[in-house]
Amino acid sequence: MNAIIATTVFGILMMFIGLMVNNKKTVTSLAAVFFLGLLGVNIYDLATVPADAPQMMFNNMLRMDHTSMWFNTLMTGCTALYILLMGKEFEKVGTHVAEYFALIFFILCGLYLLSTFNTMLMLFIGIEIMSIPQYILAGSDKRNLKSSEASLKYFLMGAFSTGILLMGITLLYGASRSFNIQDMVSVLHSESLSPLALAGIMFIVVALGFKVSAAPMHTWTPDVYDGTPTAFTAYMATVVKAGVFYAFMRLFHVAFANLGEHWILIIAIIAAATLLVGNVTAVFQQSVKRMLAYSSIAQAGFMLFAVIAVNNTAWNAIMIYAVAYSVATIGVFSVLIKLKDYTYDGFNGLAQKNPFLAFVATIFLFSLAGIPLTGGFMAKYYVLTAVVEQGNLLWLVIFALLMAAISVYYYFRVIIAMYFKTGEPELTSPVTMGDKVMMLVTCAIVILAGIAPQILLSHM
Amino acid sequence: MTLVLLILIPLLTGALSFAVKGDAAKGLALISTMATLAISAIVSAGNYTAPPATFSCEWMPQLGASFSLLADGMSSMLCLLTGIVMMVVMISQVNKDVERPGSFYGFMLLAQAGLMGVFLASDALLFYFFWELALIPVYFLCSQWGGEKRIQVTFKFFVYTFLGSLMMLAGLIFLATRNPGANAYSWANIVHTGASLPVGQQMWLFWLIFIAFAIKMPIFPFHTWQPDTYEQSPTPVTIVLSALMVKMGLFAVLRWLLPVLPAGVDYWSNTVIVLSVIGIVYASCIAIVQTDIKRLVAYSSIAHMGLMCAVAFAHNGVGMHGIMVQMFNHGINITGMWLIVSMIENRWGTRDMTKLGGMASTAPQMAIALVIISLANIALPLTNGFVGEFMLFNGLFGGAFANHMTVMVIAGLGIILGAVYTLNMIQKTAYGEATTMVIAKDLSINEYVGLAIIITLILFLGFYPKPLLDLTASVAGMIVH
Repeated sequence: MNAIIATTVFGILMMFIGLMVNNKKTVTSLAAVFFLGLLGVNIYDLATVPADAPQMMFNNMLRMDHTSMWFNTLMTGCTALYILLMGKEFEKVGTHVAEYFALIFFILCGLYLLSTFNTMLMLFIGIEIMSIPQYILAGSDKRNLKSSEASLKYFLMGAFSTGILLMGITLLYGASRSFNIQDMVSVLHSESLSPLALAGIMFIVVALGFKVSAAPMHTWTPDVYDGTPTAFTAYMATVVKAGVFYAFMRLFHVAFANLGEHWILIIAIIAAATLLVGNVTAVFQQSVKRMLAYSSIAQAGFMLFAVIAVNNTAWNAIMIYAVAYSVATIGVFSVLIKLKDYTYDGFNGLAQKNPFLAFVATIFLFSLAGIPLTGGFMAKYYVLTAVVEQGNLLWLVIFALLMAAISVYYYFRVIIAMYFKTGEPELTSPVTMGDKVMMLVTCAIVILAGIAPQILLSHM
Repeated sequence: MTLVLLILIPLLTGALSFAVKGDAAKGLALISTMATLAISAIVSAGNYTAPPATFSCEWMPQLGASFSLLADGMSSMLCLLTGIVMMVVMISQVNKDVERPGSFYGFMLLAQAGLMGVFLASDALLFYFFWELALIPVYFLCSQWGGEKRIQVTFKFFVYTFLGSLMMLAGLIFLATRNPGANAYSWANIVHTGASLPVGQQMWLFWLIFIAFAIKMPIFPFHTWQPDTYEQSPTPVTIVLSALMVKMGLFAVLRWLLPVLPAGVDYWSNTVIVLSVIGIVYASCIAIVQTDIKRLVAYSSIAHMGLMCAVAFAHNGVGMHGIMVQMFNHGINITGMWLIVSMIENRWGTRDMTKLGGMASTAPQMAIALVIISLANIALPLTNGFVGEFMLFNGLFGGAFANHMTVMVIAGLGIILGAVYTLNMIQKTAYGEATTMVIAKDLSINEYVGLAIIITLILFLGFYPKPLLDLTASVAGMIVH
């Protein structure tokens, strides 16, 4: 509750600061302070919401339970980490630095609504609050044609999928006479299911599938992620996506809990398709940034596992996956943004030129590939365990493992370029002491999540 | 606590080694391997008088995983082997220079830590962690310090083994989730759960788990990564791969497959035995036509591992005991072979047998060592190889499976073919005219020491294998019941 207000206030404050403060460095520092403050507010919220008594807000529109608050805290933590790692890069994108920070505050506001929504209306509003700032961020590099293309493409496709989402909500309302997801679960049963509800669920699957870039609704992703300034791609591909996944799970595990037989197999097939498209296409990319776009599709396939498995392990899984994937991807992007050339060849010989960058990038890539002792392994472990516990979907597990082995190919290509090839990689800016400290902190989080994942679950 | 030291010493010295510059890394690695060897000797010695040492502490209770280690006869024997081989490798490296020694020895020690962990782990998830931890340093070692084609060859090796391990992970998760709890991944629980599964499930679960081990050993037709990787790797890494890492596969079959899925093993044992025997004959035949010594030894290793794997599925007590003994002996012998191969390569600049010759006249000590080790490799009586191989064939002969006589006869061909290619190699390298003009030095002090350790072990265990037999008897009995 406090966090929703705080992030809005901070966002508006940032916009005014943009008018009054001209020094970009000051703006960036202020923003970092605000984000840490927001993290503090989240921790306060987490402490005040009792573990077993969720708070209902706004006529039962929002339901603040402990798990959601913990998810908010973790995602705010990831955002703060992202700002500390890459905030400086915002200055290079354009002149309106303060507004970029403001937009990120608004995205977080949308994320808080998505993780606590209790009615379909809040789900819709949350998704819109989250999406609109992203359309702006995608086009923030105005003079770059690719950035404008990304923004327009994202906006058109996003608006289209929003329409589909609304249509789904309407149909479900017709079937259940309620927007409230707690009411829905008591009305929607397999025995007496109206076709309206089924159609509604399918519409919602498509719309949310679009937001999390699940195949075959993924086609916007590579162009948008590629065209968006790198500093913002890192955020769009990580925390934002994790937020939508959380909403996805919340909706399907609560409202449609009794209808598993109708949607689990469909989402399982979507997950398999997402894994296939993401991993196989990533193999053929020449640009690391584009590869990361496809890898984010592939990782979305794994995160869908948490939606498929309707059990407690799935909630643990999404929590760990969201953090491990976000932190590692933000880390990789923080290395990528230091390089001039985004192709694989641009990484050639990085280990000789800058061993530190190469080392941290290796840890992050290990995590994305799911090598043990990194957070990425535990994340994959949890989603796989959740699906195995669910039963009947072992084919999906085996298929996912084959795909995970393929993913090693493109992640390790970067490592091979850095360590085993020679070249003269050019850096856009020197790696300062501050960068190094933040990158090491990020590495430490990745490894900690791999050795002691229970820390990430401690408040559930 | 001593068990934790076995993992911790190489792990910490390995990490430290990355920060060390120049030759200090070499010294650090030598001291570290000596310390580890001493501790593994203590652990092994303890097994003669006391029950196996264990260690356990909490790790990830939510997942049902704990940090538990167990050093029974088989584990401590393999730790001892790891200790000896790593020390011999470090001794042989004393007068050699590698680029970036800090990283090189760092990765070597990390690989050792992973191996020790694999052999000691008595928790399935911990086992999986170490299984991967052993692989990654080797990946970097081969890719950075290997031969010309190192990058794609090593990458193939990595993806192959990684895919296998993922399948194994899925199998282990399946087993652990059937019987969840705070100790879901403990060896006892996995065995209990697996053995009580219906036959139908054990049948497909068998392949999920076995494929990782089959790739590691490697068993025909999963062996294609092996000769290339051995050839392209720098010799110290080849030794780690062939003397130690392939044992991981066999060890894992004995510890994490045979007791876990007895019905699945019964169902598939004939298939695996046939594949192994095909592997023996096939690899031996290819070894005969090789001219590159390194590839020859690589194929001979496939043949030897194939025999051990076949016996592992023959369900026979003597055979099982033989595998334990032969794991140790094969590790020692192949280390010796690789040491000699690398000496040949260093002195004459080639591994091509057709260009070599006359070692006996130019470097007699080396030639003697080559002959002894080669004879051990083809299991001549009074060498350690004979004891193991005798027991292995005994196991095949007494095995409770169909057509065991035919299988034994065909597998026996492997010995004859082994003699063919090994003696051929001795003849072409040690005897004949010296074909090159290079004046070769004989053994240097450190090489002398390294080979002396190997040859002493070969002869000692050939005459008096009782210590080794005693150490592993109880475990062998337990696996076969």
